[in-house]
Amino acid sequence: MDSIGVLIPIPMSAYLEQELEKRFNLFKLWTIPHKTQFIKDHATSIRAVIGNAFSGADAELIETLPKLEIVASFSVGLDRVDLKKCKEKGIRVTNTPDVLTDDVADLAIGLALAVMRRLCECDRYVRSGQWKKGDYKLTTKFTGKTVGIIGMGRIGKAVAKRAEAFSCPIVYFSRTEKPDLKFKYYPSVVELASNCDVLVVACPLTEETRHIINREVIDALGPKGVLINIGRGPHVDEPELVSALLEGRLGGAGLDVYQNEPEVPEQLFGLENVVLLPHVGSGTVETRNAMADLVIGNLEAHFLNKPLLTPVV
Amino acid sequence: MTPMPSQLQIHAAANDDVRSPDLPQLLIIHQPVDFARFESQFSKKFHLLKAWESPLPLDQFLMSYAGSVKAMLFRRVNTQLNADILCQLPALKLIVTSSAGVNHIDVVECRRRGISETNVTNAYSEDVADMAVGLFIDVYRKISAADRFVRQGLGTGKRNYPPGNKLGGKRVGIVGLGSIGLEVAKRLEAFGCIISYNSRSKKPSLSYSFYSNLCELAANSDALVICCGLTVQTHHIINKEVLSALGREGVIVNVGRGPVIDEKELVKSLVNREIRGAGLDVFENEPHVPDELLALDNVVLSPHRAILTPESMQSSNEVMMANLEAFFSNKPLVTPVLMDD
Repeated sequence: MDSIGVLIPIPMSAYLEQELEKRFNLFKLWTIPHKTQFIKDHATSIRAVIGNAFSGADAELIETLPKLEIVASFSVGLDRVDLKKCKEKGIRVTNTPDVLTDDVADLAIGLALAVMRRLCECDRYVRSGQWKKGDYKLTTKFTGKTVGIIGMGRIGKAVAKRAEAFSCPIVYFSRTEKPDLKFKYYPSVVELASNCDVLVVACPLTEETRHIINREVIDALGPKGVLINIGRGPHVDEPELVSALLEGRLGGAGLDVYQNEPEVPEQLFGLENVVLLPHVGSGTVETRNAMADLVIGNLEAHFLNKPLLTPVV
Repeated sequence: MTPMPSQLQIHAAANDDVRSPDLPQLLIIHQPVDFARFESQFSKKFHLLKAWESPLPLDQFLMSYAGSVKAMLFRRVNTQLNADILCQLPALKLIVTSSAGVNHIDVVECRRRGISETNVTNAYSEDVADMAVGLFIDVYRKISAADRFVRQGLGTGKRNYPPGNKLGGKRVGIVGLGSIGLEVAKRLEAFGCIISYNSRSKKPSLSYSFYSNLCELAANSDALVICCGLTVQTHHIINKEVLSALGREGVIVNVGRGPVIDEKELVKSLVNREIRGAGLDVFENEPHVPDELLALDNVVLSPHRAILTPESMQSSNEVMMANLEAFFSNKPLVTPVLMDD
């Protein structure tokens, strides 16, 4: 298989690259100075593209690679892949569901605790010597607060399971109500936001869910509400979020994703009711390795004409 | 020997009595946390004798009320309430404290003098457990470290912030399975952690594995969460041996009391990377935190505030109020500290 050209656009995981190199002819695009020319030169040998949360396969790339057979994404989200175009052209698409569900859900709760109990702010308080001058003030209790979840897929359910252990009542919004769930369903995100203390974004990014967190929702969540975004940056109208936080119209936010990564709005740096993470939802050694194994497994299955492990298209 | 207060001084101190002569006296030496809330509730039922507000030195303040004060609130501070103060209050019969632990009170001396103490038992368990879990997730997933990184202004960086470690499947050893330990266990189970514990006695109704030996618990755990109080027995129980048994991948979270851990040994282990990381809400000499820890990225530091939420403060006030009301109406105390605790 080492004549099969596989394109990887940006660094994702040293382990993944290592395993890909063992099996395929790997093109690491970030090491190449003239990217567009390179792709043109090697277009006929590239049969697979590795995607992730930042880079996938848009229509333009798909057109440039006539021999493209499979897009294997190192992520569960496929908002960077033109799925419609892939279907048209018979290009297979795989992702990495399930293996990262727990990590992302763990982080959602970690963010909620960090924001409400001011963990990061207090760590700063101790390191800067301020504790010697006096105690930190009271912070907000997490146990028993109502947690609203947008999207009750694998990740949403995992968040609910954890929050329940803190005696948090769970409420949710989803494209359709799930009758097998015992949680209260709200037919709109605004209503959900009005009826919860902590709002967690756990749905996929699609045309419909872009800016699902808008001004109306933020206002409904309110000055005591906390937003946790473990989805995608574009789920949130970021300028609205920033002004709501600066003006005190929103109680707090825990963010793992941003509209224009790697950019993070600097106006948030001075706020104590915000926790900012550099897109680490699936960022554990164990999970990144499991994701890499799935990518490799899917590619091998494809090139050996076996059933794909986690196909989406 | 402190000089006798002048008549004027005694009169000044006792002037308060004129304003609320019928309310039972409650002596308070150190200002309680969240005092505004406390005062608004307690001043209606008790005549608060606020030593810290008085211009008199403590000895003289106490002398003014020595004959009458029966009840006292002593909050956790770094000095112990012992015979030095107790001998100045011959009428004292009750000490209420706003914490679960009573290591800041010389309980033996109190018993000798026929003084009862009450503490606040379960009011805080949820908040302390939340703090323990928050610190636990923070250490494994580097939340505070990554937040620091982002605020440096490099954005999300080169998109590959060094990964942390998965929580699921981690074997967690809880040291002290009281009400806080149980709340911690319940929460961490939902993250897929496997719970075992060491406690004064085994709890037969629970399915968690019990280890009577702390080193064995450490050797069989990926992380230790310290939830026990500070007593003569628990002082420095987390020592070099236990840390060594915990090992290079080990994580420690402490929401109990600083002196349960041999802090010097802990610092050494962290600096030398002999354990992976720690989340600490308590320290041996608060508010002093060892300088070496301030420079480490693999520790999360918190200024002893696991119970500082409005809900816990309110619950604590309710428990203390109930105990005081019981005392002054000659009814049994609600949460008395029993000698063998």
